[in-house]
Amino acid sequence: MNLSNLLFGIYPYIALTTFFVGSLIRFDREQYTWKADSSQIFEKEQLQKGSILFHIGVLALFMGHFAGLVTPHSWFLSLGVSDMMHQIVAISAGAAFGSLCMMGGVILWKRRMFHPRVRANSRFMDLFILNWILVTLGVGLLTIPVSIYHASSGDTSAMIALADWAQATLSLNADASLLNNVGFIYKLHLFLGMSVFFLFPFSRLVHVWSMPLGYMFRPYQIVRTKFVKQR
Amino acid sequence: MSHFLDRLNFFKKVQSTFSGKHGIVTNEDRQWEDGYRNRWRFDKVVRSTHGVNCTGSCSWNIHVKNGLVAFEMQATDYPRTRPDMPNHEPRGCPRGASFSWYLYSPLRVKHPLIRERLVSLYREERDAGKDPVEAWAAIQEDPEKRKKYTAVRGLGGFVRVDWEEVSEIIAASNIYTIKAHGPDRIAGFSPIPAMSMISYAAGSRYLSLIGGAVLSFYDWYCDLPPASPQTWGEQTDVPESADWYNSTYIVVAGSNLPMTRTPDAHFYAEVRYKGAKVVAISPDYAEYVKFADLWMPAKQGTDAAIFLAMGHVALKEFFIDSQDAYFEEYTRTYTDMPMLVILEKHNKSYINGRFLRAADFDDSLGEKNNPDWKTVVIDEKSGDIIAPNGSIGFRWGEEGKWNLVPKKGRRNTKPRLSLIFDNDDVVEVLLPDYQTGVDVSMKRNVPVKKVTLNGKEVLVATVFDLQLAQYGLDRGLGGDIASGYDDASIPNTPAWAEKITGVKQADIIRSGREFADNASKTMGKSMVILGAGLNHWYHNDMHYRAIMNLLHMCGCIGQSGGGWCHYVGQEKLRPQAGWAPIAFALDWQKPPRHMNGTTYFYFHTDQWRYEKIEADALMTSTAQATYKGHNLADYNVVSQRLGWLPSSPHFNKNPLDIVKDAEAAGATDEKGVSDYLVEQLKSGDIKFAGEDIDAPENHPRNLFVWRANLIGCSAKGHEYFLKHLLGAQNGVMQDVLPEAEGQEIKWHKDAPIAKLDLMVDINFRLNSTGAYSDIVLPTATWYEKNDLNTTDMHPFIHPLTQAVDPGWESRSDWQIFKTLSKTFSDLAEKHLGIQKDVVALPLLHDTPAELAQAMDVKDWKRGECEPIPGKTMPVLKVVERDFANTYKKYTSLGPLLPKQGNNIKGIDWNTEKEYQHLKDINYTIKEEGISKGMPSLEDDISVCETILSLAPETNGEVAVKSWKALSTKTGVDHTHLALPREDDKITFRDIKAQPRKIITAPTWSGIESEKVSYNACYTNIHEHIPFRTITGRAQFYQDHQWMRDFGEAFCCYKPPVDMLSTAEMMKRVGKKPHLKLNWITPHGKWGIHSTYHDNHRMLTLSRGGPHLWISETDAEKVGLEDNDWIEALNINGATIARVVVSQRIPDGMAMMYHAQEKHINVPGSNTTGKRGGILNSVTRVTVKPTHMIGGYAQLSYGFNYYGTVGSQRDEYVILHKLENQDVQWLEEPLTAEKEKQLNPEGVPQAPYTCTDESEK
Repeated sequence: MNLSNLLFGIYPYIALTTFFVGSLIRFDREQYTWKADSSQIFEKEQLQKGSILFHIGVLALFMGHFAGLVTPHSWFLSLGVSDMMHQIVAISAGAAFGSLCMMGGVILWKRRMFHPRVRANSRFMDLFILNWILVTLGVGLLTIPVSIYHASSGDTSAMIALADWAQATLSLNADASLLNNVGFIYKLHLFLGMSVFFLFPFSRLVHVWSMPLGYMFRPYQIVRTKFVKQR
Repeated sequence: MSHFLDRLNFFKKVQSTFSGKHGIVTNEDRQWEDGYRNRWRFDKVVRSTHGVNCTGSCSWNIHVKNGLVAFEMQATDYPRTRPDMPNHEPRGCPRGASFSWYLYSPLRVKHPLIRERLVSLYREERDAGKDPVEAWAAIQEDPEKRKKYTAVRGLGGFVRVDWEEVSEIIAASNIYTIKAHGPDRIAGFSPIPAMSMISYAAGSRYLSLIGGAVLSFYDWYCDLPPASPQTWGEQTDVPESADWYNSTYIVVAGSNLPMTRTPDAHFYAEVRYKGAKVVAISPDYAEYVKFADLWMPAKQGTDAAIFLAMGHVALKEFFIDSQDAYFEEYTRTYTDMPMLVILEKHNKSYINGRFLRAADFDDSLGEKNNPDWKTVVIDEKSGDIIAPNGSIGFRWGEEGKWNLVPKKGRRNTKPRLSLIFDNDDVVEVLLPDYQTGVDVSMKRNVPVKKVTLNGKEVLVATVFDLQLAQYGLDRGLGGDIASGYDDASIPNTPAWAEKITGVKQADIIRSGREFADNASKTMGKSMVILGAGLNHWYHNDMHYRAIMNLLHMCGCIGQSGGGWCHYVGQEKLRPQAGWAPIAFALDWQKPPRHMNGTTYFYFHTDQWRYEKIEADALMTSTAQATYKGHNLADYNVVSQRLGWLPSSPHFNKNPLDIVKDAEAAGATDEKGVSDYLVEQLKSGDIKFAGEDIDAPENHPRNLFVWRANLIGCSAKGHEYFLKHLLGAQNGVMQDVLPEAEGQEIKWHKDAPIAKLDLMVDINFRLNSTGAYSDIVLPTATWYEKNDLNTTDMHPFIHPLTQAVDPGWESRSDWQIFKTLSKTFSDLAEKHLGIQKDVVALPLLHDTPAELAQAMDVKDWKRGECEPIPGKTMPVLKVVERDFANTYKKYTSLGPLLPKQGNNIKGIDWNTEKEYQHLKDINYTIKEEGISKGMPSLEDDISVCETILSLAPETNGEVAVKSWKALSTKTGVDHTHLALPREDDKITFRDIKAQPRKIITAPTWSGIESEKVSYNACYTNIHEHIPFRTITGRAQFYQDHQWMRDFGEAFCCYKPPVDMLSTAEMMKRVGKKPHLKLNWITPHGKWGIHSTYHDNHRMLTLSRGGPHLWISETDAEKVGLEDNDWIEALNINGATIARVVVSQRIPDGMAMMYHAQEKHINVPGSNTTGKRGGILNSVTRVTVKPTHMIGGYAQLSYGFNYYGTVGSQRDEYVILHKLENQDVQWLEEPLTAEKEKQLNPEGVPQAPYTCTDESEK
């Protein structure tokens, strides 16, 4: 087994398993740690600016990646989306939302590093995960010039290869060799990104699972039955 | 089973819907609720209370979970009252309920802390091979080293240290001080023993064993009403709160019951439902005003005028226009009204002199014992002048005649009240009138009798006739008298009072009439509740005596539902007689050193050097003025040398060395040492320390503060404390006055700073006192120790119980001082051994020494008499101090108890039986040495049991014994008061189970009974036990020379004094809009003194930082809006706060709630450049000569009984707005320049005088 196989054939499953099983265990065993760990009480002006930018960016990026990588190639074609069009949309949307996310992220990073009250109330993981996401994001942004270069020379193979790899991995047929011709920068981004999933259950990111989407549709009043335990 | 699986119920989630699907019913998991539910679950419940300086003594259940205190709840299992009376519970307020926060709070002192610079210096010396005492000496004897740590007091810099090292440093410092300066240079301050008596006793026992001085607090807080001893010879005995419910007419003045007597205030509301009328007197719309039927908004500091005018009405309508039989009988029997007073010729008129005495007659009226001290009356039945029983002369030296039974021998007597129908003449008497601040005599005509004394004809009048004249009443004798109630030109009329107080005369007349009428119909059920609003003024005794006069003329004192309810800082240390031997180590050696706190701090913080009140200006125009030109400090020096007030230090020489020198000069016993010292004092070779209080040899050196917040809360003249006592950064805006040079007290050009070598704070929270101390020791909180707690607001004795172990490295106070005494003993063996110490004991009240100079004041220093210890100067007692055995003495109950018995208030009884009992229940000491076989005092519960066994209040047998002893003195059998409970013994476990009602004891003047609630002076009236005054009766008249000189023989209205502290600051503020406001500092709702103010819960409920109140119209004048920052400043310093603008406050007053702490949100002052202070940053205490009188029956010193008081309410401040951007938080690091600049800019820096004179 070579390094490539380890990182892109096996590691994805380690990361995903950790992501799901870890989240499940944490939810079951550590209910009181299942939270976003808000630091709004210590500082709110910077938080408001940074957090909104960051969250808009990161949510859009997540959905963009998901749609772009997991949708089968044939579906795009049947919808009349050419590979080149796909690549241009990916580049432009990635650049736009990546920048938003980076702006927000930097504000948040600055705040977390240098605001004394926030810093004093941060755990190691809070700093670590923020740094990790920002590095992942930074590397992701660095892939854009490379992609533009590819696009300008009419080459969409890297994008196709990445999507194929993603789909193969998710259908439990991971094949690291699909990435043989993909540039290093993409691979680095892949590794960093997968690691976010790996780190997810150990960090405050678990709050993502509890996104209160239900609030948008809930009735005005919710009451609970009087729970009578059977004896 | 699994939170996740439980949530996989999407299809079953909605059980049903309602309101057209706007609502749904789900069956979601509810386990999360347990998180909240568990917050209120617990493993055990323990009864305790809060040892805070509060009269609540409320029973609390402390709930403990996992070894931690989870929360507290009011306990509601008090013994019930009688059927027609509401119960005492529930007791407790939000402040107490917030206490558990402190245990685990960031303010908690967790480990012993010491100033880093000090411990480094000490370790350096120790590493150089010196032993602890030598190491301490090396630091103290090098001014540079000393300054290194004293100059940064209050600026942080603490480090953790272990118990072993910290107790070594403290012990070394004590030993060095004893050796180099004398044990009386060590002092300790701790207030109100009743709140946690074992903890108090811990420090005071240690200090008393090593010869340190224990400082009084009641006087220093100015909660002590000097009027109480003046009038009754009793210090603060008051009705329990339940007795309010027995009243039918209540006047409340200056005591904010709902705010400061929260758990008792319900009786105040309930009695109104029963039909009582309530009249409130208060300048502001205080909380207690809301309960009242009538509000009389008197201008602050003028209350005396209202009560004098009410007295004027009562006298006129119930003594002159008609004669109320009850009032007449009462005043005749229980007050000095019928006593005869000598009138002295003054120009063409007369002035009132001293009481006529039996000794004035050729045959002393047949009295052989103390005829000087027996006052006389005219017996209406026989027409003879007789010396009725009960005067102080009967108290000492004879038995069975000290009582108020109206009999002389077997003959019934009836003292004549007035000479109006039986006089030899009517003469003009000059009485003082101080309504403008200085005396202008007023002329009154008084009926007199002529008596021949030693062949000389002398005019005498009764107190009654003089008093009526003083009230300005028309008795048909002509002279300057009031033409009617509306005559505003004559003092003490209602119209005159309206002029002074702003209260409508109709209200005053009606209230006076109703008060007396109610008392007449109910036999005394009219009551006055009063407090700090009246007592914190310089002339507080005038406010108080005006009230007492009214109560006495209406027969209300000693009657259930009536009387005088002084509710400020009062306490009732119920088992006092059992506690005192432990607290002052009287079981091992006598006497202890006691010092009146006010004089101590007035002197040692050099506030006397800034004094602007002139004693001469306070005197009457007819005064003898033997001490003309003396300043107030001079008077205090005179008082100390005459044995009136105590002194600390005593002399300008180490008392241990005095005895050594005396012995070298041939003295072999106490008498020899005393004679030697008298000679030395007479020749001037040894001087009283007070004569040169700023000299380095007279500095206080070590100060222990425990159970207190001396610096942050009670330091009146806070900034002077910082400057002179501590040598810290301070905001005093003036240099010492050059012109205050005295006649008696020596004046140095430069006042010394940093007098203390070491200040030790023992606390569970790090407050301002800790911040300015050199060492902070962590003590157990009120839920972590075993102790006792009592109050006068209810009759139950209550425990503090150890619910959890003391947190972190903390220890209970008893264990802390035990630790210190152990280390001290070990070090003392080498350095001190056994030595003899001479104690200068003042002429104490309730001892035969209170009969010192009967007729006039003679001063030995001026050659007017011989210096005779115990008569014309202090008693000089030699105490042997076995320093190395301090620990063994501390931990055992000593041999003097079984040998000499116990005593209280001048009565003695045997304690052998209790001593044996304590051996049985507390174990005995097994260790070899002086304490072997004695009852153990090693742990806190043993100490509690010892107190409970020895005190008459908690041991029925002792109660009966003590009543028997008193019965011998009075000749009246009183034992029936305790006999029904003779077999009752209240133990610590009893009170842990339920608070227990105490047993009636002669320590107190009220009784515990099923028929009446506790009411002060009840036994004086109903058992004929005399008041402990010169006449044995309640005093309207004070005949001591100084009282007459200062115009206070009779009560009269005196306006607040001018402290002259704002003029300089006006210049500084310049044209900027500002207000000049009277500085009023009442107690608030969000704290008890500084406690609770700083906890998260109370800060959330209150404004959350320093604030003060002013009126709306005042605010408008200078453009202030609510919550603006302001600076209040005067020459004493400055304080910064936010302003509360309220209609509640009248114009001309700034009201800052007492003791908001310096460590919560206090910015720097722009004027002083220092931390923006506390309420006391703008105050300075001053003292009053009449409070220094001693050796004169009721006017004799007793610890927390009589003495100077630290009044602070006559003060004014300049108040101006501070723009938000000008608020400085002073958070910059300490620089060398800042460290050097102790004073505000422009105020010259005083040198450390210790540096320019050699110390030894």
